Amino acid sequence: MNNLTVSLSPHIHSRNSITREMWNVIIALIPALAVAIWTFGLPALAVIAVCLATCVLCEWLIVRFLFHRPSTIADGSAIITGLLLAFNLPASIPLWMAAVGSVVAIAIAKMSFGGLGRNIWNPALTGRVFLLISFPAAMTTWPEGVASGVAHISGASAHANSGATLLTTLNAHPGMDLDSVNILNLLTGNMNGSLGEVGSLAIIIGLIYLLATKTIKWQIPVSILASAAFFSFIFGGNPLLDLLAGGLMLGAVFMATDYVTSPMTAKGQIIYGILIGMITIIIRRFGSYPEGVSFAILLMNSFVPLINRYCRPRVFGERRAAK
Amino acid sequence: MKTFRIGGIHPAPDKITAGKLIVAVAPSGQLRILLSQSIGAPAKPVVKAGDTVLPGMMIAEAGGFVSAPVHSPCAGTVAKIEKIRNTKGLWQEAIIINVDEQADQNVPERPRTPEEIEALTADRLIGIISDAGIVGLGGATFPTRVKLSVPEGKKAEYIIINGAECEPYLTCDDAIMRIHATEIIRGAELLKRASGAEHIIVGIEANKPEAIDAMRQAAAQYAGVDVVKLKMKYPQGSEKQLIDSLTGRRVPPGKLPIDVGCIVDNVATAFAVYEAVYLGKPLTHRVLTVTGPEVADAGNFLVPFGLSLASIIDRAGGLPDDTGKVIAGGPMMGQAVADLDAPNAKGTSGILIIPAKMSERKPTGPCIRCAKCVDACCMGLEPYLLMTLAQNALWEEAKKHSAMSCLECGSCSFICPADRPILDFIKLAKSRIKAMK
Repeated sequence: MNNLTVSLSPHIHSRNSITREMWNVIIALIPALAVAIWTFGLPALAVIAVCLATCVLCEWLIVRFLFHRPSTIADGSAIITGLLLAFNLPASIPLWMAAVGSVVAIAIAKMSFGGLGRNIWNPALTGRVFLLISFPAAMTTWPEGVASGVAHISGASAHANSGATLLTTLNAHPGMDLDSVNILNLLTGNMNGSLGEVGSLAIIIGLIYLLATKTIKWQIPVSILASAAFFSFIFGGNPLLDLLAGGLMLGAVFMATDYVTSPMTAKGQIIYGILIGMITIIIRRFGSYPEGVSFAILLMNSFVPLINRYCRPRVFGERRAAK
Repeated sequence: MKTFRIGGIHPAPDKITAGKLIVAVAPSGQLRILLSQSIGAPAKPVVKAGDTVLPGMMIAEAGGFVSAPVHSPCAGTVAKIEKIRNTKGLWQEAIIINVDEQADQNVPERPRTPEEIEALTADRLIGIISDAGIVGLGGATFPTRVKLSVPEGKKAEYIIINGAECEPYLTCDDAIMRIHATEIIRGAELLKRASGAEHIIVGIEANKPEAIDAMRQAAAQYAGVDVVKLKMKYPQGSEKQLIDSLTGRRVPPGKLPIDVGCIVDNVATAFAVYEAVYLGKPLTHRVLTVTGPEVADAGNFLVPFGLSLASIIDRAGGLPDDTGKVIAGGPMMGQAVADLDAPNAKGTSGILIIPAKMSERKPTGPCIRCAKCVDACCMGLEPYLLMTLAQNALWEEAKKHSAMSCLECGSCSFICPADRPILDFIKLAKSRIKAMK
């Protein structure tokens, strides 16, 4: 008699895999990685290497010795967390702090919830915010000798070349002349800031790759950027500056789109994106931090279960009123 | 190009047998003809062991309103009536006929003249279709007579002829459309008359250009027949999705196509209606595709009901050495068969043989909440959530989240990057919800 395999349908699969999705994200991060190393040089490479190594090692140890399960590091998700955390740190941060942030990201934000797919908050951002609150000085000291992205600022020239980011400068000098900001520098990474946030053009290339490979959909990044531009305008800011300076691009494309911590339906994703954009601008305008993207995303991560509950897809043929 | 609006996936078409002719297979040896070949009650045998049967003779009558009679595809002698295993592995009553290989195996034609056909009333047409044992040949095997009996207060506006054939690998509908386009359109005209509908729309996916040309040519002779080329997307051939693609109407949950003025019939069903009315032939054979990456002579075959899958596979060059799985139907919704002695029946649209390395499922990973299943679901459900509910035995919750609306098209399991058996669990939830009533 034949030995036939019997199983329920479907009998074919798209051959899509978690590993493939994760590697698509890693590939999309390469342009921003190149800009980070170009702008900040060897210190950037060191921070990235420490974050990557610590994240991957930490996940391997936990899965191997606490979960007693087969290794999960090949799925690429720890690599993404490591890269994204590094992208959120200044190049001048002491390397041991980068390692501590990586342990917080993997051990506390990800593995303590059960690993990939279970966490509520974005691991890399949790690591970043932990460092920001624990070591505020190191987290807001930027490498000397890198342009702040402001070509010339009257009354603020002391900051221009001495390790300040554009947003901190703006925060300290709300009335400064915005015409002096060179948008081209913001696009190409010729400014100061965290590793991965400085080259908006590189992030946009990554976004195009993610959209083209259908790794992510347009809803989250577009709604965040549109909402941030809108609220920036409402609150009397410069929308273009708010989009290109600081971590908004990086957050909108790579952090808020994290599958695990974002809503399931298109409707929910748009609501989530609009609120992230709005909270970011509110923190930037009215808060004491010059930067608000991380807090906005983490805050909205907390609301994802609620958003999923109220933003259901409409069942085929069901009338709107019937529900 | 038109297509349906919610969800859907794009599996590789793998139509290995596209462009092949239809090869007729003669009855031989023993035919084991199932009494239950349609949805609803099994047919009741009207023959007994020792009786002689002729091709086209009715051997079992309809067992109720939702039921269909069964006819002998061959000349021979009834050996016995006993329970055998069908392609689903379930034990079902079947009439076993020893084929008389010396006798003429052609089903005799009793053609009607054009005048006779013109004079047939709607009731008489439905009667002929019912007596011929015609059921939906797309795979659902719903008795065609029941679909045509439009309930009081409802009106059929469209006869929709389903030539989408969105299942990968299968080409039987394509072959019938290429070769018998005129007959299909004539059958569709009869369905229109029988139901009182006004229009006929034929929906064919864009990967069948020859079939579209042939059908357009055949349709040109009739007024009010549209042949529409559809953008490829699975599961376009599903009744509700096809109605959405072609008319923009949406069948509400728990309702039937007739509630939005539509009756959907497969091209093979329309062809069977043509044969029943024009030629006086009951449904005794069907075209099915025998295919697979390793199959030597893959093709489309006209096969009498009751032949074992093994003997049909022999006609396509035999079972390949590397065989992991044999599927009755297509790869998305077909049934993996455990025993190749199971006979083909009215709902068997294909036999797909896949090699061992394609038969195994990959290990399951964790749900990463990528929402690809939500985007793929053509019914607007949340497959990941239904799976979780089923894993936790929360049947009431699953029902509230519209588990019963699931078509079982398999798009969710197909697309899942973590290879999660989403549809397996939704099927489990559906069966438990049914059992609760």
